[in-house]
Amino acid sequence: MSSLRHPPRMSRSLCGRRRWLTLALPLVLAIPSGLFAAPPPPADDHSIAARVTTGTSGTSLSDNRIRWPGWEKISDTLLLRQYNTRIVLLGAILLGIGAGTVGTFMLLRKRSLVGDVVSHASLPGIAIAFLAVELAYPGNGRSLPALLLGALLAGLLGVLCTIGIRRFSRIKEDTALAIVLSVFFGVGIALFTIIQKLPTGQVAGLQQFIYGQTASMTSADVSLIGLASLLVIAVSTALFKEFGLLCFDEEFGRSHGWPTLWLDLALMALVVCIAITGLQSVGLLLVVAMLIIPPAAARFWTDRLGSMTIIAAVLGGLSAWLGGVASALFARFSAGAVIVLAGTVFFLVSLAFGTRRGLLPRMRRQWSNNRRIGRHDLLRAVYEMLEPHLDSAPPDASGDPLGDIPFTRDQVLSRRSWSATRLSRLMDRGTRDGLLTAVTSGWKLTASGAQEARLVARNHRLWETYLILHADIAPNHVDRDADLIEHVLEPDLVSQLLETVSARYPQMDMPPSPHPLEPGH
Amino acid sequence: MTDGPPPGTPSPDLPEPLPDGTATHPSSAPLAIHDMTVAYHRRPVLWDIDYDAPPGQLTAIVGPNGSGKTTLIKAAVDLVPRASGDVRFFGSAYHKVRHRVGYVPQRGSVDWDFPVNALDVVAMGLYKQIGWLRPVTRRYRDKAMHYLERVGMADYAKRQISQLSGGQQQRVFLARALSQQADVYLMDEPFVGVDAATERAIVIILQELREAGKAALVVHHDLQTVPEYFDHVLLLNMRLVATGPITEVFTPENLRATYGGKLALLDQVGHRMTLNQGRS
Repeated sequence: MSSLRHPPRMSRSLCGRRRWLTLALPLVLAIPSGLFAAPPPPADDHSIAARVTTGTSGTSLSDNRIRWPGWEKISDTLLLRQYNTRIVLLGAILLGIGAGTVGTFMLLRKRSLVGDVVSHASLPGIAIAFLAVELAYPGNGRSLPALLLGALLAGLLGVLCTIGIRRFSRIKEDTALAIVLSVFFGVGIALFTIIQKLPTGQVAGLQQFIYGQTASMTSADVSLIGLASLLVIAVSTALFKEFGLLCFDEEFGRSHGWPTLWLDLALMALVVCIAITGLQSVGLLLVVAMLIIPPAAARFWTDRLGSMTIIAAVLGGLSAWLGGVASALFARFSAGAVIVLAGTVFFLVSLAFGTRRGLLPRMRRQWSNNRRIGRHDLLRAVYEMLEPHLDSAPPDASGDPLGDIPFTRDQVLSRRSWSATRLSRLMDRGTRDGLLTAVTSGWKLTASGAQEARLVARNHRLWETYLILHADIAPNHVDRDADLIEHVLEPDLVSQLLETVSARYPQMDMPPSPHPLEPGH
Repeated sequence: MTDGPPPGTPSPDLPEPLPDGTATHPSSAPLAIHDMTVAYHRRPVLWDIDYDAPPGQLTAIVGPNGSGKTTLIKAAVDLVPRASGDVRFFGSAYHKVRHRVGYVPQRGSVDWDFPVNALDVVAMGLYKQIGWLRPVTRRYRDKAMHYLERVGMADYAKRQISQLSGGQQQRVFLARALSQQADVYLMDEPFVGVDAATERAIVIILQELREAGKAALVVHHDLQTVPEYFDHVLLLNMRLVATGPITEVFTPENLRATYGGKLALLDQVGHRMTLNQGRS
């Protein structure tokens, strides 16, 4: 409620945020180039060799102790003292930001699982690329560019298959996704088994694509991830309005001549971009989580697309940072898993506390609403009870005679079918809110209580009269209907009601009740 | 099932097509449909529609469920492929005069849970004017606000669209189309599920459009209000049953032909089914 009363302020801050988005982009573009400039990136084949050795030695299966890092290592990691940590974290964060951004649109387009199809479908591509390079240049099968190219092509093929199945058969989208995802992944696993049987082939270097290995990223990998993420962020920012239209009302956009098919393909290409570059660091099983969880969490905090995208990007970057730190500190921790776990924590916190749709704020609104209704019910009961005595009350200098008539709890109880406990609770709360005061002979309304009681009773009767006059509801049924509505009548609606009803009742300070007010009603 | 015309179809007076296949009507006709047939999954839903919308008039498109009212509108604005036939707006193909045609889709066609507010939705009607890659600037937000005011929704501009009532959502859709300042409006069931205030607001806007010399074709389901709200009517049941001014065409016989055709078809199907069951 309170947010609705201050729309101008909200809008201004949102405009500000939009401007922030356009300002931030060049800034983001500038940062990585500075960081990369420091030491020259090592040559490509060196880095792969290095990665493969660290990848295998760091995760020896016989060693299952968790080695706790020393304070020095923790501070080194957190302060980004080591070039290596800096690179790894930067790559992860950029990936997280890119995934959160494009994931927002995919979530709203209800295409969250496309990222999953791309990543799973890329597995046979990786295997085939490995085999092809191994055939041509034996011993060089783990060439990263070739593997990623294979992954990209297979991922795209997977998406095309999904679209094809949906288009040319009557199979629904979710089924098509599941078929493509499992078939491609199955083929990939089968090919991996073959590779393992080859004399030269060890799957060890390839398995990181399944589970991900952030710690072994090199600066060359990070520049690739960085470029892909920046591309995603730049395109999403530039096409923000177009993507929004595509996700909200594709048909309307098409009728206006927007090339929705191409926009859709562009969005898909961004997802493929993120999914393939994320393979290496988080692994194909978990890359989809980076696309889905941050936007889903962001939705709890905002009702605007712009802020949702920014929040999703920030949450994506944060969880990737946490995952990167954990994987740098604990050699045996899979970064992908930690990224997903961090994202899940953000999601749960958002689910509980999110200001727009979180469960607790919603419960709080419900609760305060119920309290307001209870308060209105009590005040109206008291007003109706005291109304007949108003004329006999001595005109007093203190103002409203309503506040001068004492009443008892039992009198109120006899007029309503409330339990004694409920009434006590209502009256206690009314006393605390300064609407009632205890006097020797029972209770009295305070000045503010009397004022609000008049208002509540007036709204109730206005609405009742309106229903009888214009909705043809019988007078003996109208009380219950009015009961539901009177609590939500806003001032503009009341003045409209007043206008409609005053034709019938010209003296409208307090309309008479349209039905008899029996005790025990 | 679909072979043969619905029984009782009076043949409407149709203009003769020119040899070159273009429309015969003067280019002033806001919407001219010529010999249009539309099929979904090879099942025809509209047959041989020939229709000229009168300029500066409000036309109701009336017919039973499944009679192809929505399809007619969607096929006219190229959202549904036409199996055959030709559609012209002011004498030109739709893609050349998009800006002159305002389309109001059914309210149920979008996800109202989407994170945008009423003003954002109205601004979408201006995206084409804003152009590629440019953000929605204050100028366009003010413009969108103007059209929200026109439909009486200025107070709700910042409200998330799921927190609007059905009628308010419909008015937002209407404002989005109005913002385009088109010359002909195609509206798909704008009166469905709206409150009395919205119904009045829409009627007033329709009248304002007519006074401004613009035409509107509105899919309408409430037969009682057709003569009150509209000048012309198009009776549709997969084929065009009749079209013309309300006073001439909106007759019990024509309505029976429109709605009764459906029932007769059902009777036929029922008859065949009982025959088949008898045989097996």
